Amino acid sequence: MTTETLIWLIPLPPLLAFFLIVLFTNKNKALSHSVAVGAAFLSWLGSMVVFVRALGVEHLGAHPFASSINWLPTGETWLKIGVLIDPTSAAVLFFVAWTVLMIFLYSVGYHNYGQPAGDHDRPGLPPHGATVADEHGHKHTVLSVEPMYSRFFAFIGLFAFGMYTLVVSDNLLTLFVGWEIMGLCSYLLIGFWYAKPSARNAAIKAFMTTRIGDVFMLLGIAFLYSATGTLTFRGIFTEETLHVLGAVPAGVFGLSAAGLISILLFIGTIGKSAQWPLHVWLPDAMEGPTPVSAMIHAATMVSAGVYAVIRMFPLLTADFNGHELTTAMSVVAFIGAFTAIFAATIAVAQNDIKRVLAYSTISQLGFMIAALGIGAYVAAVFHLITHAFFKALLFLGSGSVIHGMEHGVLHTGNHHVDPQDMFNMGGLRKKMPITFWTFLIGGFALAGFPVLTAGFWSKDEILADAWGHGHMAVFLTLAVAAFLTAFYTMRQITLTFLGEPRTEEAKHAHETPWTMTAPLVVLSFFAVTYGWVGIPEHFPILGGLVPNWFHEFVGGTLAEHPEALEFSAVPLLTSLGVALGGLFFGWLVYRNVTSVEQDKLQIPVLKNKWYFDEAYDFLFIKPAVWFSEVFVSKWMDKGLIDGILHVFGPVTDAVGSFIRRWIDLLIINQTIGDGSANVTYWAGENLRPIQTGRIQQYLILSLSILLLVGGLVYFLLLA
Amino acid sequence: MDYLNTHLLSLILFLPTVAALIMLFLPSGETKLLRWFAFSASLIPFVLTLVLWAGFDPNAAGFQFEEVYPWYEALHSSLHLGVDGISLSMVLLTTLLTPLAILASFSVTDRVKPYMMLFLFLETGMLGVFMALDLLIFFVFWEIGLVPMYFLINQWGSANRNYASLKFMIYTMGGSLGLLLAVQMLGVLFGTYDLLELYQRWNALDSGTLLGMSVSTVKAIAFWAFAIAFAVKVPVWPFHTWLPDAHTEAPTAGSMILAGVLLKLGAYGFIRLVLPFYPNEAKYFAGALAFLAAAAIVFGAFGSFGQTDFKRLVAYSSVNHMGFVVLGIAAAGLAAGTADAHIAMNGAVLQMFNHGLSAAGMFFLVGVIYERAHTRNLDDFGGLFPLVPVYGGILIFMSMASLGLPGLNGFVSEFMIVRGAYPVLTVYTAISMLGLLFTGAYILKGIMKVLHGPMNEHWAHGEHKLTEINAREILVALPLMALILVIGVWPAWILEVINKAVVALF
Repeated sequence: MTTETLIWLIPLPPLLAFFLIVLFTNKNKALSHSVAVGAAFLSWLGSMVVFVRALGVEHLGAHPFASSINWLPTGETWLKIGVLIDPTSAAVLFFVAWTVLMIFLYSVGYHNYGQPAGDHDRPGLPPHGATVADEHGHKHTVLSVEPMYSRFFAFIGLFAFGMYTLVVSDNLLTLFVGWEIMGLCSYLLIGFWYAKPSARNAAIKAFMTTRIGDVFMLLGIAFLYSATGTLTFRGIFTEETLHVLGAVPAGVFGLSAAGLISILLFIGTIGKSAQWPLHVWLPDAMEGPTPVSAMIHAATMVSAGVYAVIRMFPLLTADFNGHELTTAMSVVAFIGAFTAIFAATIAVAQNDIKRVLAYSTISQLGFMIAALGIGAYVAAVFHLITHAFFKALLFLGSGSVIHGMEHGVLHTGNHHVDPQDMFNMGGLRKKMPITFWTFLIGGFALAGFPVLTAGFWSKDEILADAWGHGHMAVFLTLAVAAFLTAFYTMRQITLTFLGEPRTEEAKHAHETPWTMTAPLVVLSFFAVTYGWVGIPEHFPILGGLVPNWFHEFVGGTLAEHPEALEFSAVPLLTSLGVALGGLFFGWLVYRNVTSVEQDKLQIPVLKNKWYFDEAYDFLFIKPAVWFSEVFVSKWMDKGLIDGILHVFGPVTDAVGSFIRRWIDLLIINQTIGDGSANVTYWAGENLRPIQTGRIQQYLILSLSILLLVGGLVYFLLLA
Repeated sequence: MDYLNTHLLSLILFLPTVAALIMLFLPSGETKLLRWFAFSASLIPFVLTLVLWAGFDPNAAGFQFEEVYPWYEALHSSLHLGVDGISLSMVLLTTLLTPLAILASFSVTDRVKPYMMLFLFLETGMLGVFMALDLLIFFVFWEIGLVPMYFLINQWGSANRNYASLKFMIYTMGGSLGLLLAVQMLGVLFGTYDLLELYQRWNALDSGTLLGMSVSTVKAIAFWAFAIAFAVKVPVWPFHTWLPDAHTEAPTAGSMILAGVLLKLGAYGFIRLVLPFYPNEAKYFAGALAFLAAAAIVFGAFGSFGQTDFKRLVAYSSVNHMGFVVLGIAAAGLAAGTADAHIAMNGAVLQMFNHGLSAAGMFFLVGVIYERAHTRNLDDFGGLFPLVPVYGGILIFMSMASLGLPGLNGFVSEFMIVRGAYPVLTVYTAISMLGLLFTGAYILKGIMKVLHGPMNEHWAHGEHKLTEINAREILVALPLMALILVIGVWPAWILEVINKAVVALF
């Protein structure tokens, strides 16, 4: 099979799985998950083959795998769609394939496959546990299988299809298709337990918030398409087109056309990658099952936002002279850097194990966006990939922890204990060793633990780039954010795994089955080793031992291969300092904390996420509801427009009545109709007295009339 | 076979009427027979439309399958039929939706015979508009379509049906008054009503005086006479308030046809008559038209979001979606002759077809739940998903099509309209994005209020127990869903037919 054909086929198995499960196998749990995991495996296999073949191509950036077909007739021409694998998409495909496959496998265990059906479980709610009797007749409560087990696999199949489509697309349109399909799936999956009002609301919030970005993105696509006549990346990113777009003013804010298009497209990313100010949906999205959180927040959706900016990088930098950031780039850099530090401050004060990770995701995505804003292309891609691995690991790890805690909750039967609250945990390292060690690796990678972990190398590269190109504000902001990252990560690890169990439930936590731990082990392998493929050439001691494959490979995507940075001790020392310092303080502060009251960082403004939800509710949601329900429906449509229409009725009625009363009744009926009759009647009535029947009178009358007429004739006519 | 090919259009057009007349002689009590007869009869035009589609050559210029019969010779009006790519797609939509609407009406038990007959008459009325190549014939069919719909709403509608049917009838007829005058003026001026002839002679007339006014003034007045008649039908804001009432009160199948086809008559009028007759005026007034379109998109979306009645919510969504059609038409009028115009017009025609599918589907699904629950109040629902999972899945699918989810049909057409309109009507396009955003809001509100939430005990047990969607109803939804998906994934098969006609005309 040619590589191009294979690329076309990569997204299809999960889509097929979706339809198969929905239409045929949904009653059979084993068949459904086999279909889904099998499909994920096929896509993984295809991706790996493509990746390996891509490695073997020299100058893949200039000669990518590409193939396209006519899709949409547009007047005299066609809009083409197709697939493209260049170095960047090959690298992204690699991590997507691995994380997706691991998440699929993990879901089998997470949804308690093989466990009995729950006593009171019903579709739309998380399973509550089932009572079983052992051989001695003792009753135990054990985890019960998810009632909508098959449906879950159908949805994540569709989700994977969306992500694969996005990655292999050679044009913005199918990228947007994949993008929106993921939006739908995130809606369906965040609201998977739709009977919980919180999940239902979170799903709508996620969909609507990202849709704000999407409509701007659609405008950007329309603008780009009309300006260039094409939507394929290779068609847009020709030197000539970019030069024109970079030179033509767009007419707003002094932006070039390229700048305005980039910003419009970037607003899509702000929504999808949960950047400030559209970050509000992501933490609430934790309402979904944990594999979904990993899917959305690591492997697929939020990465898609960053990936879109990565794809559009040549456009973003079309009028970039290499030194002074363009307006569009400054916007991107500002949003990224601000989000990085802003979200990190919130993460510090969260107690829900998944919410910490949620804010951490927002913050780390900010790092990538900021890197793209300052032109650090390779560093951004690098961090995207390492982050995907360790964040997927952390989410799945947290799911494993929650699962273990739920085991404890079912054991004690005390359902008031929140199995996600870190203050209910502690000491889990002994109960859940695999989860602990893998979580530790993931956490250290997130914190940027030096040399060993992948997160160190990618984060260091971003800092080095910011420093090397003199973007001090970005550098300092990201350095502080990195410190906070290490701090809250260690806080999380300490509260969850170290010390002694703080509740009875934590004492009875239990390691999870192999379907859940195996993915953790695989992902922790990448969370360590993936960093080693991108060690800068000039790094002390280690540099040059292994070639900086990542820089060479991914850098080849761009028309101009980015130069390797000169080594500087300042960013290196900074990233060492903030990572180790953050980890140390995190441990120091929280090692003896036993209850939430002792936590000094439970600051209301941080806990309440700087009150953005409340502000948005007041500023946007309430007015929009009022505008719809009162202004448009009541005042405008029912009041004004129908009011005007309803005037026609009475007015017509009045005109009709007027005509009837004053014309028909009065003039025609009374005056003309009845009037002529009345006159005749009156005349007859009054003439009656002369009808006496006496011949003499008649003769006198005849004579008088004869005289009168004769006189008149004589005087008037003859005289 | 030869006879079939030369009389294909008239067969498709009049077979429903013939079937309706035959129904007169069927026994009124045999409801089963009546239903199946009407359903089978309405399938014949559909099959013939497939034959028509197969025999249609998209690459040939002009109208195909033309037929001319003498009709009103004193006025030089003849029954002139013909289709091009634009009307062909509308004919397909009509002949597809009619059998589905009849199938959806199998649950009607009240006076089945006249009900089914009215549907068949209605089909002829709608098809006539799409096939007519004679202005007077166009107008006649335009008005004929109103009558069966009036009775369907008035006789089989729900509580407020008198008000709604009267408003529908009066409003549309009022709008048509100007159209009638303008049509007569054209007929008197040129001594013919034949569209093809009028296109040339009317457009050749560009200076001098007519009826004591300059030609440009007459044309501007006639333009608005046409435009308002069609704007009421589309409906464009602020002429839209008849729609929520008519849709809400009409029986389910009536709403399906009303949203699915009748609204398209207005947009079709713009495309077939307004733009070809008044290219200069269309260009000159494009901004005004786009303003109304953007208002329809935005206020339609907000209006929909503000409803508490499920059916009204869906009804307002039609205002929102048809606004995009008008936006595309405005852009095509403004940019006539350019690629932007072609893309916008392609999008507009496809959007008509797409909205026909998704709106009919949505109204049908509302009807399914209304038949069972006897309420449409959104606050009475919620938490129905566990009770009716299959219905829920279909509803989500249909809602997503309505929302314009990429991968389904609505996205393709909305994207093309936005793409075509953006370069020429940038501000209005940007404003209409607000409507697109709120499309999401009202769709999700609908799903949330009906399906999501804690399981609804009221509908779970006893006399109120909600039953799952049945096989017949799935059969109604299935063709719609299949087409929605197919067009979303592979729109070229239908767009190629539309595109050639669009390029030839605009």
